[in-house]
Amino acid sequence: MSDNTVPDIRAGVRVKKSPRAYSIADHPLVQLTLVRFYEFVREPEALFWVFVFPILLAAGLGIAFRNRPPDVLRIAAVNPELAQPLRQEKLLEVQELTPEAAQEALRTGKVALLVTMGSSGSVEYRYDDTNPEGRAARLLADQAIQKAAGRVDPVDTSDRLMREVGSRYIDFLIPGLLGMNLMGSAIWSMGFAIVDARRKKLLKRLVASPMPRPYYLLSFLLSRILMLVVEVGVLVGFGALLFHVPVRGSLLDLAVLCLIASLSFSALGLLLASRARTIEAASGLMNIVMMPMWIASGVFFSSQKFPDMMQPIIKALPLTAVIDALRANMLQGSNLAQMAPQVGIISFWLVICFAMALKLFRWR
Amino acid sequence: MPEIASKSALHVRQLRKAYKDVVAVNGLDLDVQAGECFGLLGPNGAGKTTTVEICEGLTEPDSGQVEVLGRRWSSDAAQLRQRLGIQLQDTQLSEKLTVHETVRLFRSFFRQGADASEVIARVQLEEKQNSRVGDLSGGQKQRLALACALVGDPDFLFLDEPTTGLDPQARRQLWELIEKFKQSGRTILLTTHYMDEAERLCDRVAIMDHGKVIALGTPRELIALNCAEQMVEFTAGSVSHALDVPALRRIQGVREVRTENGSVLLQVTELHTSVPALLTELTRQNVPLTELRTHSATLEDVFVTLTGRHLRDE
Repeated sequence: MSDNTVPDIRAGVRVKKSPRAYSIADHPLVQLTLVRFYEFVREPEALFWVFVFPILLAAGLGIAFRNRPPDVLRIAAVNPELAQPLRQEKLLEVQELTPEAAQEALRTGKVALLVTMGSSGSVEYRYDDTNPEGRAARLLADQAIQKAAGRVDPVDTSDRLMREVGSRYIDFLIPGLLGMNLMGSAIWSMGFAIVDARRKKLLKRLVASPMPRPYYLLSFLLSRILMLVVEVGVLVGFGALLFHVPVRGSLLDLAVLCLIASLSFSALGLLLASRARTIEAASGLMNIVMMPMWIASGVFFSSQKFPDMMQPIIKALPLTAVIDALRANMLQGSNLAQMAPQVGIISFWLVICFAMALKLFRWR
Repeated sequence: MPEIASKSALHVRQLRKAYKDVVAVNGLDLDVQAGECFGLLGPNGAGKTTTVEICEGLTEPDSGQVEVLGRRWSSDAAQLRQRLGIQLQDTQLSEKLTVHETVRLFRSFFRQGADASEVIARVQLEEKQNSRVGDLSGGQKQRLALACALVGDPDFLFLDEPTTGLDPQARRQLWELIEKFKQSGRTILLTTHYMDEAERLCDRVAIMDHGKVIALGTPRELIALNCAEQMVEFTAGSVSHALDVPALRRIQGVREVRTENGSVLLQVTELHTSVPALLTELTRQNVPLTELRTHSATLEDVFVTLTGRHLRDE
């Protein structure tokens, strides 16, 4: 303060700098990160959505799609002499009905197939060929009738059943939910906090102080990393303990993957929050951006189900890349080098979103 | 950087700022001396907040010159921020944090200043130290905002409407804190639309209207210059006996006559000659007097004299 141009008439009363030793906790970046952390843990709703909700969802879906014995198909037969051989097939449940009742049952979907005797001793199958159950029932029924009539298969066959860990629905689901959670928590925590602070003019108050501005944004990323450890740990741990979902790749690779995914989504959140002045505007923007990815990026079902012409676009979405990479790591045990295309896409989004956010960001 | 007038803490010349179609600040000049408490007084929309935010380096002016503590925002923003204490109009601090956490956060931005606890004690919030900001009363929140402004031990304190919306007791408490800071010899720039606040706290006052300074001086100077010293307010007359208002202007010592909500306001130089003369006149007109009050002229009266409007009309 030697270049003070104002006469120091107040030198006598100036409060001297506190003699207390400077500790790392007094660093503005540490303080800003701590404050972010306090604000988060004191928000019960946020805790619910980030930690409890994904577990409830995984548990619910895990139970709904648990592995069961194969379904028994219901069919109807009009003639007793047909019902007899059909009952030999364990995967069919045969009902003997009058022609009218059988017709009604087929029409309302109570049975998948109706078997009747034709006039010249031939057998007629009635079913909806667009219904997979109908087609399966026809194959099973035909096989049972032909066998009973004395057909001998020319080739010997045998069945070996596979119900392997890693190929179940819950194994598919946990990496999907993890990716969705990484996206949601990064975008929401970043977006809402910044827009709320702008709305309350807290951002303006902070830039009126000598706070180094990059520290404010950096504190969000640091608190995100702290939270990430818990978030990923809880969901992966839950899957491993309750459903024995495997983590076949290296844990370090998984950590690196989660980190760049979270940073990338945080950058996207920052971009979405760079101008909005109200929570409503911000949440509308976030939903518009996240909704297509919830649907198309393969959280609950494979993104391959969409038409081929859409695949290049779907593959370029950040959530698709994150989920594909997480599945490759957890289920196939791939290493980072094998996931280079996905890591490339995630990093691309990180750089682009962050650069645009810095350009567009408004403090007031 | 050119040296400027020795004791000027704030030096503003020909400041101009327009938003879309509204001219908020229109060629404003301002000088605040080091160590004084300077008040910007004016109605809502007069351009006070825009002026202050330009001085605080938060808003870019369209044109004009601003020097704060002898420095310009364009070249010395980082050094200036360390030396200013700023309280903005209606900032909501994070409700989830405690008082101590909030002050400690702001303390971490400054190179110098007292401990968070010490600053909290200075604004009399020790007992609320561990309370959440969301649980504080309006007055306590304003004192916390003051603590965040004082935490860097500033040379220059900016207060934008610090007591708006507070009850009288909370306002007095805040005034005492501001007076204490004033006694330590630092500079304060304060905006308000309460004339009593300006009269009590400010060494000098600039009255603003439509983006310009329309009067400048100590509160007493402004009153003496623009109004007679005393105001007489009375209600008289009825439907059958209407008051002859123009006749009142001829009474000795009456400088101005104004009617307002059925009562009459006279600006007079001396009560002891004008009041008896008024009573004589009313007797002559044969109108009964129902109420008579006198008070010393205030800045509010100055504003009304200058603009024909009240400070809180808008």
